[in-house]
Amino acid sequence: MIRGINLSIHQGDFKLSNLNFTIEAKEYVVLMGKTGCGKTTLLETICGLRKLSSGEIWINDKNVSNEVPAKREIGYVPQDAALFNTMTVKKNIGFALKIRKCNKQKIEERTNELAELMGIDHLLERRIDGLSGGEKQRVALARALSFYPQILCLDEPLSALDEDTKGDMIELLVKLKQNLDITVVHVTHSNFEASKLANKVLYFEAGTITHQKKFR
Amino acid sequence: MMGIVASTYIILIVAMMVADMSYTSPGHIFEALKSKEIQYAIKLSLITCTVTMILSVMVAVPLGYFMSRFEFPFKKVIDAILDIPIVLPPLVIGLSLLILFQTAPGRFIESHVRITYTVYSVVIAQFMVACAFAVRTMYVTFSQINNRQEQVALTLGCNQKQAFFNILLPQAKNGILTAASLAWARALGEFGPILIFSGATRMRTEVLPTTVFLEMTVGNIEAAVAVSLIMIFSGFAVLMVVRLFGDKKVIV
Repeated sequence: MIRGINLSIHQGDFKLSNLNFTIEAKEYVVLMGKTGCGKTTLLETICGLRKLSSGEIWINDKNVSNEVPAKREIGYVPQDAALFNTMTVKKNIGFALKIRKCNKQKIEERTNELAELMGIDHLLERRIDGLSGGEKQRVALARALSFYPQILCLDEPLSALDEDTKGDMIELLVKLKQNLDITVVHVTHSNFEASKLANKVLYFEAGTITHQKKFR
Repeated sequence: MMGIVASTYIILIVAMMVADMSYTSPGHIFEALKSKEIQYAIKLSLITCTVTMILSVMVAVPLGYFMSRFEFPFKKVIDAILDIPIVLPPLVIGLSLLILFQTAPGRFIESHVRITYTVYSVVIAQFMVACAFAVRTMYVTFSQINNRQEQVALTLGCNQKQAFFNILLPQAKNGILTAASLAWARALGEFGPILIFSGATRMRTEVLPTTVFLEMTVGNIEAAVAVSLIMIFSGFAVLMVVRLFGDKKVIV
């Protein structure tokens, strides 16, 4: 469960204030709103990449407001995927486990498992430069899931993809939602994505959540 | 018209080198290379330039990182201070160093390790100028690298230090190579500060630019030109390495 209590985030002229929300465990929540309304900022704040001006963020029963990103154990897929371009696909996926000093065999197993799940096993030895947009997003997803996080944050993961690839990615996300016991926070401005994926939609406008809608 | 103006400059550069070459002969160069003093100067130049290059990179990497990734009070002032060695006349740097080592802290250091007019002073004089170029290069390099990858690394379990070494530094590889080569090339050409701070003593603080100066003052122009050519070729070789392997965007 993720809870935001009276969150305020200031960044230059941009302001999010008195934000309150609850995201239940295992829920697939879509954050919707126009470009520039603060969705990405909120996502980055949940991940610990932005400082709170005031308020608290709780993950399960723990106040993580002052925790560094590494301690929050949240898988994060930014809009541009931000893959490590000095490494191969395989090294990207195995990175989080390597930092956790897991042994080689464990890293290898997990990398192969995720590569198979994402349908990118044929790309493992490739470098990042030559990958297509869809492939990059799959690698970024695999990398974010590698360390078994309880929460996954996706920042417009489909916005840069063409229609066909987008369809494939939505299928993949539906599959992940069904197979993994994981809370997902997905930022988008597409109603179509929301209708296909969300259990709950939080609507954002001018720095506040205006209303929410529950799906199945 | 513009082409003529532009090519005139390039022709001038090449003409200078061709003139140097026509003034000397392979025989002169070999003769210069046989001289004990010049051999010493070549050796000292190579060693001091390499030490200066290593020191410059060691300083430039953390300083460039700090300047590009963090905001702090008086950042613009510090930014300007970092450029002082670039804009200051080299002689003034030498003089300032000499005066610095006449102050109480300077004299305290001198009482333990002799710096002025020794090989150490050669390295310090080279370092003061070369490092500024390395810092500028690393600053530009790190500023051009988006911090998104580091941020993702933080969410994957890295602390700042791990993100720096595992994610940022490998991306900055070409910039580091450029900074190192520039520092080396700058150090090789350094003369003004060395002349004042280290003196021009043969077989002691004589580096290649000093050799050119000393040979010229005794009227041995052929040897001076021969040594100049050695420097031109080694400097050109280093710059070619940067152009071939380095990141074009950060060349200053």
